[in-house]
Amino acid sequence: MTVMSRNDLLLFLGFTVVVLAMPIWLHPFGAAYPDLLQRFMIYGIFAVGFNILFGLTGYLSFGHAAFFGVGSYAAVWSFKLLSLDAIPAMIFAIVISGLFALIIGYVSLRRSGIYFSILTLAFAQMSYNLAYSVLTPITNGETGLQLTLNDPRYLDRAMFEAAPGQPVPTLLGQSLGGFAGFYFCAGFLILAFFIAQRITSSPFGMMLKGIKSNQTRMNYTGFNTKPYTLAAFVISGMYAGLAGALLAVTDPLAGAERMQWTASGEVVLMTILGGAGTLVGPVIGAWLIKYFENIFSAINENILHRFFDFLPDGVDNVLVAISSKFVGEGWFLTLGLVFVLIVVFLPGGIMEGVRRIAHLFDRSRRSPTKPGKATPHPQPAE
Amino acid sequence: MTTPNVVLHVADVHKRFGGLHALADIDLQVEEGQTHAIIGPNGAGKSTLLNVIIGKLAPSSGQVVFDGAILTGRKPYEINQLGIARVFQTPEIFADLSVLHNVMIPALAKRDGAFKLNLLRSLDSETGIRQEAEDMLEDVGMHSRREMAAGSLSRGDKRRMELAMCLIQHPRLLLLDEPTAGMSRHDTNTTIELLKKIKSRGMTKVIIEHDMHVVFSLADKISVLAQGRIIADGTPDQVRGNPKVQEAYLGGAH
Ligand SMILES: Nc1ncnc2c1ncn2[C@@H]1O[C@H](COP(=O)(O)OP(=O)(O)OP(=O)(O)O)[C@@H](O)[C@H]1O
Ligand SMILES: [Mg+2]
Repeated sequence: MTVMSRNDLLLFLGFTVVVLAMPIWLHPFGAAYPDLLQRFMIYGIFAVGFNILFGLTGYLSFGHAAFFGVGSYAAVWSFKLLSLDAIPAMIFAIVISGLFALIIGYVSLRRSGIYFSILTLAFAQMSYNLAYSVLTPITNGETGLQLTLNDPRYLDRAMFEAAPGQPVPTLLGQSLGGFAGFYFCAGFLILAFFIAQRITSSPFGMMLKGIKSNQTRMNYTGFNTKPYTLAAFVISGMYAGLAGALLAVTDPLAGAERMQWTASGEVVLMTILGGAGTLVGPVIGAWLIKYFENIFSAINENILHRFFDFLPDGVDNVLVAISSKFVGEGWFLTLGLVFVLIVVFLPGGIMEGVRRIAHLFDRSRRSPTKPGKATPHPQPAE
Repeated sequence: MTTPNVVLHVADVHKRFGGLHALADIDLQVEEGQTHAIIGPNGAGKSTLLNVIIGKLAPSSGQVVFDGAILTGRKPYEINQLGIARVFQTPEIFADLSVLHNVMIPALAKRDGAFKLNLLRSLDSETGIRQEAEDMLEDVGMHSRREMAAGSLSRGDKRRMELAMCLIQHPRLLLLDEPTAGMSRHDTNTTIELLKKIKSRGMTKVIIEHDMHVVFSLADKISVLAQGRIIADGTPDQVRGNPKVQEAYLGGAH
């Protein structure tokens, strides 16, 4: 192991501070409550992992919600069978989702491009349907898998008397409700980010970028690209499983809808919105989508009527009628619209926007001192 | 008939694309350490021949043997790991990556083999590989452009970089598909010098080239390909004097 480069270290420290201080700086935005903060962490992990496959390797999976769902089910089963402690549940979930990703990845990676995407989508929908109906003994079907008082919890019962009352996940006996749950998830997001950073700057990470850039050249250069893409697929599947398990820790109920294609599509949107291939982009994408989802889906017609109250009658009704289609249940319409705008005008996502703005500042700061410097800078590589 | 120092033997290879007989009855022997040029008019099948050698295309019949190992049926990465590298007619490079990384990747392939789950090390700690890549770029005269994105290089520089990507692997056999196309006279001469230099190190080369100046200053042997067949081969002087070649190629547009 070698030390990180200075820039990597600064990025990591900056990221850690931003994450840990979220309860403070999100306060003015009305988002500093544990439930939402936990979701920021969980979907951040999901997106960071997805980016290892999509951002580095260029393989666009439309089925990663399957691994997220498997992680949730595995964690709840660990709570039911082994222990209410979160650690065994996390380990179990990561292992199971990794194995699941190994199988699905092995088959799907026989193709590339759109065929790969379709295969992952097909597998995820199959998983969803299995969870919903056929595998009801394991998944409890439509109701979802829940904790009950009668769960065996062999590990727990072997060590001490079961506590009375509704079972909830714990960490070494401490409850994981509220902000404790947030810091638990935050620790994992920071760890997940650190590992992603290491992978990106490793020789393995460079091979993944090589595959994205020119797979043919990789082959004629002597690389067997299959195990590289499969490793990236499994790693990102394990990230998804970890995220799914954390969701089960904060809310121990696993349902099949977590595996649906909309959930798979959501992580694609998060990654592209933030900036695929960048380290922080996908996390920012996840935070923004979860933040606005929270706001938009809470808005209803009454709120809209109050908002447009100042307008003359008639006009306000029309506006309410139109805008109500984009809020509440219609949140996905807004999301789709934003996504189209981003892909058309800012294909590199928010991170590209940031780079462009930084570039503008850079130029306007430089131009007074070096006028007439018309030659463009040689374009630096990423 | 195989003489002991034949390192590459293309034996009775045919390649058909539908009705087109792109390669017909090709028999080609390349001796260790020599530079073997393949010339011929456009569409003669020269690139197709290289594609068959490196496993991009499977021959319709016949086989390719490299140093006792049958290449036919192997995957491109396996063929490379046996010591064969190729410069393509249209450069195959990592356009989004820096020039330096473009050259480091093949060096890692040479050192680590076809697959290694090397994810705990940092690229910054690969100082040996990095130094090797920088030296290589120095050799081809591109060291000052090492931080540029490869995609933003000029056509000639892309070719030179691709050559560096091949040379850093110290291949036993180097296949070059028009390595000087799109280069200025000056760059062409630099490349010839570079290729002569590696010749003195004993690397075997198969080179496709339209530029007769390049061919006659480098080649030990020449094979002339027309409409998928070898119509002549021999030393440069033999080929130059061959009337069939005059008619099919040298005497034509050139
Ligand atoms: N993959 C392919 N499928 C079908 N036809 C092909 C394929 N590759 C090459 N051909 C055809 O085979 C013939 C030989 O092509 P090839 O590229 O080998 O010629 P070449 O000698 O390299 O020509 P040039 O000097 O223009 O590069 C051409 O008629 C070409 O159209
Ligand atoms: Mg050609």
